[in-house]
Amino acid sequence: MFDLEVLVTTERERSRKRGGLALGDPAASSGLRFKNRRPEVPASGDNKVKICHCFIRKLLCCSVRLNPDATFLSGGGSFKKGKSKEAEIKRINKELANIRSKFKGDKALDGYSKKKYVCKLLFIFLLGHDIDFGHMEAVNLLSSNKYTEKQIGYLFISVLVNSNSDLIRLINNGIKNDLASRNPTFMNLALHCIANVGSREMAEAFASEIPRVLVAGDTMDSVKQSAALCLLRLNRTSPDLVPMGEWTTRVVHLLNDQHLGVVTAATSLITTLAQKNPDDFKTSVSLAVARLSRIVTSASIDLQDYTYYFVAAPWLSVKLLRLLQCYPPPEDAALRSRLTECLETILNKAQEPPKSKKVQHSNAKNAVLFEAIALIIHHDSEPTLLVRACNQLGQFLQHRETNLRYLALESMCTLASSEFSHEAVKTHMETVINALKTERDVSVRQRAVDLLYAMCDRSNAKQIVAEMLSYLETADYSIREEIVLKVAILAEKYAVDYTWYVDTILNLIRIAGDYVSEEVWYRVIQIVINRDDVQGYAAKTVFEALQAPACHENLVKVGGYILGEFGNLIAGDSRSSPLVQFNLLHSKFHLCSVPTRALLLSAYIKFINLFPEVKATIQDVLRSDSQLRNADVELQQRAVEYLRLSCIASTDILATVLEEMPPFPERESSILAKLKKKKGPGKLPDMDDSRRSVNGSTDSTHSFTDVLNLNPAPSSGANLLIDVFSESSAPAAATDVSEENFPRFVCKNNGVIYENQLLQIGLKSEYRQNLGRMYVFYGNKTSTQFLSFSSSVSSSDLNVHSKAVDPVIEGGAQMQQILNIECVSDFSDAPVLNIQFRYGGALQNIAVKLPVMLNKFFQPTEMMSQDFFQRWKQLGAPQQEVQKIFKAKHPMDTEVAKAKILGFGVALLDGVDPNPANFVGAGVVHTKTTQVGCLLRLEPNMQAQTPNGNAAPPATDPSFPFGAGLPGSHLGICSRCRGEQGDGFVGLKGTWPKSHELKVAFDLASFLPPDGRVCERLLLRT
Amino acid sequence: WRRNHRNTSCVIMSNNMQFMLLFSRQGKLRLQKWYVPLSDKEKKKITRELVQTVLARKPKMCSFLEWRDLKIVYKRYASLYFCCAIEDQDNELITLEIIHRYVELLDKYFGSVCELDIIFNFEKAYFILDEFLLGGEAQETSKKNVLKAIEQADLLQEVRYVIKPPWEQ
Repeated sequence: MFDLEVLVTTERERSRKRGGLALGDPAASSGLRFKNRRPEVPASGDNKVKICHCFIRKLLCCSVRLNPDATFLSGGGSFKKGKSKEAEIKRINKELANIRSKFKGDKALDGYSKKKYVCKLLFIFLLGHDIDFGHMEAVNLLSSNKYTEKQIGYLFISVLVNSNSDLIRLINNGIKNDLASRNPTFMNLALHCIANVGSREMAEAFASEIPRVLVAGDTMDSVKQSAALCLLRLNRTSPDLVPMGEWTTRVVHLLNDQHLGVVTAATSLITTLAQKNPDDFKTSVSLAVARLSRIVTSASIDLQDYTYYFVAAPWLSVKLLRLLQCYPPPEDAALRSRLTECLETILNKAQEPPKSKKVQHSNAKNAVLFEAIALIIHHDSEPTLLVRACNQLGQFLQHRETNLRYLALESMCTLASSEFSHEAVKTHMETVINALKTERDVSVRQRAVDLLYAMCDRSNAKQIVAEMLSYLETADYSIREEIVLKVAILAEKYAVDYTWYVDTILNLIRIAGDYVSEEVWYRVIQIVINRDDVQGYAAKTVFEALQAPACHENLVKVGGYILGEFGNLIAGDSRSSPLVQFNLLHSKFHLCSVPTRALLLSAYIKFINLFPEVKATIQDVLRSDSQLRNADVELQQRAVEYLRLSCIASTDILATVLEEMPPFPERESSILAKLKKKKGPGKLPDMDDSRRSVNGSTDSTHSFTDVLNLNPAPSSGANLLIDVFSESSAPAAATDVSEENFPRFVCKNNGVIYENQLLQIGLKSEYRQNLGRMYVFYGNKTSTQFLSFSSSVSSSDLNVHSKAVDPVIEGGAQMQQILNIECVSDFSDAPVLNIQFRYGGALQNIAVKLPVMLNKFFQPTEMMSQDFFQRWKQLGAPQQEVQKIFKAKHPMDTEVAKAKILGFGVALLDGVDPNPANFVGAGVVHTKTTQVGCLLRLEPNMQAQTPNGNAAPPATDPSFPFGAGLPGSHLGICSRCRGEQGDGFVGLKGTWPKSHELKVAFDLASFLPPDGRVCERLLLRT
Repeated sequence: WRRNHRNTSCVIMSNNMQFMLLFSRQGKLRLQKWYVPLSDKEKKKITRELVQTVLARKPKMCSFLEWRDLKIVYKRYASLYFCCAIEDQDNELITLEIIHRYVELLDKYFGSVCELDIIFNFEKAYFILDEFLLGGEAQETSKKNVLKAIEQADLLQEVRYVIKPPWEQ
């Protein structure tokens, strides 16, 4: 094969002569197939076949022997599997040694031999062996002037990339020469190599060169294609190095190119770039729609070789549709209707009879269709298209092609989350449930589970949960855990009546106990504890479930915990008297693992408190050698301590110590978090959103959220059971940054920024020009020490220096930390305070957004009326001005508004505005680099409800935000925004860059609604 | 509302093939092409896992499967499996046809291609793939144009090109 001269002329002939596992005639068979023919090895007598062929053949003798199709080798001997592997390795090591000696030898190798050996190395590497030499020789080949040698050199480098920097320089040199050669074949080789390797060094060397090649007028089409995709690869690996800007427009115009291959490559590039900078590539939308429209309306022969099995340019169509998914629906009506026409045409084509029976035809056609549906879902604005898409997918659900059924289920999942098509998706529920039962392929069944999960809402939750439960009994082991999580989430989310929820979870444990993770059973306990209407039922149900001769350990855990807490609720019945309950639990004790036994011991001590009549029995159990002298330290300690506690403590103390668990704090569902983690981000439809849009509002019955993570103990009380869980002290999951109290600090500097069950964080801060000092107070609310306490501040824009803190905070104590802050230049992101400490063995992570906004660096400025209005008028440019409108919730209070404006940081200028009801203010924002003046105007209207002469909205109209019926106390409209009925306004003007005004206005604006005292439109000038 | 759309657009990933593997029914790797940077160790691990997973599937099963956070699209042609990994948002069917177009190209070039053609002429298989797919994206979907490019390159074998370094030009 190295005699390529010979190969070219004889390749066809030879391959035909020797036969082989040939691809069938595409015209004759329904699709291309490799055919299993008995091939012959190229005759070794053929002197045209060079050494590497011999080598490959010898290796094949070692390795391909096992291929039953390759019977041509079976005459040669009878190696067994292990032997043949050994033989292969032996043969390869011999060859490697040979090549190494050739490369190291004194005699310089000629290009041909070098090529031969490099090629052998490549082949050995592709067989799966490690190659650690030969790179240098490959680089030599790459800079050879003989095409065949160059080609092999490039291939070796592309396949065996090595980040050896010396070599990269040499490689880059070779590439540079080839790029400059103006020979399209060489240029393509070089571009392919860059695209294949795509390393940072290459990006540094060529990222500025390639755009020029791409848009140059005299570049060959094939080179343009390579250059476009090469640039795409570099943009992916090192986006910072790919220059944008001057060539953006010319790249977008490649969409208009005559050559469809160029358009195909360019579309990929533009899509990638548009994802990062949508604004720069906005113009591509109209070009893409025009291109798409021409393709979908063309006759199938128009596009010649770009027609694939009677489908016009399927790859290009898919890419164009994908590009359009980077943007919202076009605003221009004509463009929008043209796009809608395209999408309709694609949907119509799906209904037409197929032009060919080949699977390639239907695949290509449906590939375009699915991408069009993806675009329709992305736009989520055309109900008719969404419903049509849903109906089309519904047809596919029963298609005989497994692939189509799979994709229809997958695609419908996203449709289910659109408010327009959610109902349409639900009509296919029976089909999907049927798929769950009849599909033979597990991956299709999994899609069906996903879809059922996505289409679930209150109306069908019971049926879907029941179907999933019954499927769980026969489900594949690989997907059981996921189904368990989904059932648990749905059952909780849509539970109207919590007895159903408890039943469902207990069923889960019964059917698939091994797959019920801790999160799930923690969760059921939390819900039972937080809802007293279900406690009695839960106690009764677990008691009954525990009667089963063999029950899962998870059930024992749930049973132990619930009976320990609420066993008294069913103790009145003689069939479940305290002693019966205890004996039932204890009968499971010996079959359980250590953590479960520990939990049961805690349940026993709770029993002692609940039922004095069984105290003696339980004490006997605790006193037995198997408890008091248990080999496990944890169990032994519990037995000793509980026994002691029960003996010496008075009933009052027992009752306090063993009090019923307080409700758990509200928290995001960790089951949901776990499912998200399992499925990867973005995979799950956001159920909250979909439910909200479908039902119109969120349900107040679900106001409790998940509290699953039991690690942080509730406040100091003696919650003995808590240590059952804290021993499994997994590190606390990364917390979200708390911003809850952040807005309160816009206009004030002191207060509590964060508080949870354990910790309170207070702030006291002062600012002077561009410097600030913040005192942070950490208060330990518990009676236990916080250990390994540490805090750090992360900020992208500000200089924040924090003083070190003591690693221990005693119970009930407070600790102070000082932060010094310097504002370098204008900024928009507030710093984040990260806190970490250990409480009761569990690691706590807390992140709090610190209230340091730009307005903290205001210095108030006094100003006369004339000055003020002169400047106000000068700052009229649109980028210097921000306005904000607010809806009033409460009556206007002048004093409160004044205090707010002062708190915001500006000086309040009395008597400046001719209208005494208006407020004006002025200040200078100080940063290290610049100072920015800023004027503020708040224009409430203190007059009647309707200053512009319209009739007052009726007092019952909830959309009218002010306290109608309280004349004179709400805000009206100022002259600047007349017509905005019912809203006041505040304005702010400034000279900082455009991006910041919005932020400033937002900061200023955000101080208004939370307290609800002021309601106006905000106009800010700086 | 418009803001929302812009935000969601950032989440969409590009149509990006991560890698393509060709392996025989016996699990022998015949061709590998990686479009994302990975260490050799990872590549070997992925290959091993994937070959095992795909070979275990029955003939009538669908051609797509979820694997880690990727989607695998595969098709079997006689003794060879062609297997591509794409990202979550990508189009499975068009990837299936990418595989088919590649097989067509090999078939046309070799004239009734067989597994041995790919073993003996692995470099050609790579060159054809590079002409067709680059950086994981379809570069040229016209069969004629791809083969024309390869044939042109083949013609060059006998011609010696003298490239002068830039400083001598």
